[in-house]
Amino acid sequence: MTIKYTPDHEWLNIEGGSATVGITHHAQDALGDVVFVDLPEVGATLAAKDIAGVVESVKAAADVYMPVSGEITEVNEALRADPSLANSDPLGAGWFFKVKLSNPAELDALMDETSYTSYSAA
Amino acid sequence: MASPPDNLLLTPLNDLHIALGARMVPFAGYSMPVQYPAGLMAEHHHTRTAAGLFDVSHMGQLRLVGPDAAAAFESLIPVDVIDLPVGKQRYGLLLNDEGGIIDDLMFFKRESDIFVIVNGACKVGDIAHIQSKIGARCQVIPMPERALLALQGPQAVNALSRLAPGVEKLVFMTGGNFTVQAGTQAIEVFLTRSGYTGEDGFEISVHASQAQALAKALLAQPEVKPIGLGARNSLRLEAGLPLYGNDIDTGTTPVEAALGWAMQKVRRTEGARAGGFPGAAKILAQLAAGANGLERKRVGLIALERIPVREHTELQDLSGQRIGEVTSGLLGPTIDKPVAMGYVPPAFAALGTRINAIVRGKPVPMEVVAMPFVPTRYYRG
Repeated sequence: MTIKYTPDHEWLNIEGGSATVGITHHAQDALGDVVFVDLPEVGATLAAKDIAGVVESVKAAADVYMPVSGEITEVNEALRADPSLANSDPLGAGWFFKVKLSNPAELDALMDETSYTSYSAA
Repeated sequence: MASPPDNLLLTPLNDLHIALGARMVPFAGYSMPVQYPAGLMAEHHHTRTAAGLFDVSHMGQLRLVGPDAAAAFESLIPVDVIDLPVGKQRYGLLLNDEGGIIDDLMFFKRESDIFVIVNGACKVGDIAHIQSKIGARCQVIPMPERALLALQGPQAVNALSRLAPGVEKLVFMTGGNFTVQAGTQAIEVFLTRSGYTGEDGFEISVHASQAQALAKALLAQPEVKPIGLGARNSLRLEAGLPLYGNDIDTGTTPVEAALGWAMQKVRRTEGARAGGFPGAAKILAQLAAGANGLERKRVGLIALERIPVREHTELQDLSGQRIGEVTSGLLGPTIDKPVAMGYVPPAFAALGTRINAIVRGKPVPMEVVAMPFVPTRYYRG
């Protein structure tokens, strides 16, 4: 299992040819209390950087981008029902969706934890 | 975190905000706390259930002084100033010659002056406007030496009356001079029982040099927590109160903005002092024509799905025709539903009318509802 990060403050937990995607602690902190999420359709095939969903707090809305290309295999219905999971457990119960990677080479362009930590602190 | 641009102004409470862990943002030219570590949602709920302290020192405070001040001020706003008794506060609207709203404000009649509070983002323009229009009839005295704190919520009176006995006797939209005992320090303030949250509460004008001591004394009360601008916005929206720059501006008249209630009979057609304010011909004609004489009107909207509908979201009728736009919108933390204000033609302004908001390309059904969205709890004695 490998965790990678995007410049848009999303994380990917990569297991085999699939990845679970969510927003980082830094992202949820910057947004504030999350009150709404819009998740992609299961079965949709999206390209990297496509808009895959939306996360909204009372004060702001942000798009969630597809970090890599692939097919959506599962979305977190518990997060749809309780968007505050994105704040309380962003790296766990607050995951957004799972994607079956169509081009694993795209992972090479993403940040590891050390790079992301310095990126998000900048 | 980047430090704020150094052209931003700081309020007298800036050090306190930072010590409290606030997230500071630029607002109205000032570095202001948008939220504290508790977060917007908790701050909103705390204000609705206990008491919240807001720094609103960015707002403009000024005095109008002289025997002709009330009559002069009436020439700028469609509101009864002359007959307002000493000791009372009223809502007002500065208008341009087309009847558009330059700013909304609160004013208070005192023995020696009229005390006016205007929006921070508008204050420089407002003061110049007032000075140029009535500066020859009365003294227009800005009060940049004063800070402004708001203490809002059902327990605000308990907290404040402990330090300033007597404030509990005030009713909504009255006020006076009080002494607040902050530890060993006795702080002279001018306060009113009013605010911008829909709750009972107070707005407290204090000399900048004592603002921090006052804020600390209030925060030391068990009911009181600091509240940022984020919750101030969600609280005022649930209370149905317009935000200048979003819901009202120079392109809207008081009638279009559904603020006709702010115009007393005496300034309306057949009133003893009818008209005589900028844009009077247009505004009185709009009032005479009734709702159907308007091109558009401000309404309250609730989304029938749990999808927040934000400012600038397009509004359509059920056939897909564009009819207007949302001017403020968010998920109301107390009502726990997406609420919004926007402008629609009168044909769509009746309560219960169904329209659609277009969110990310998809229609979200909304219903026109009465405001406030959350019942106000002003103290009327």
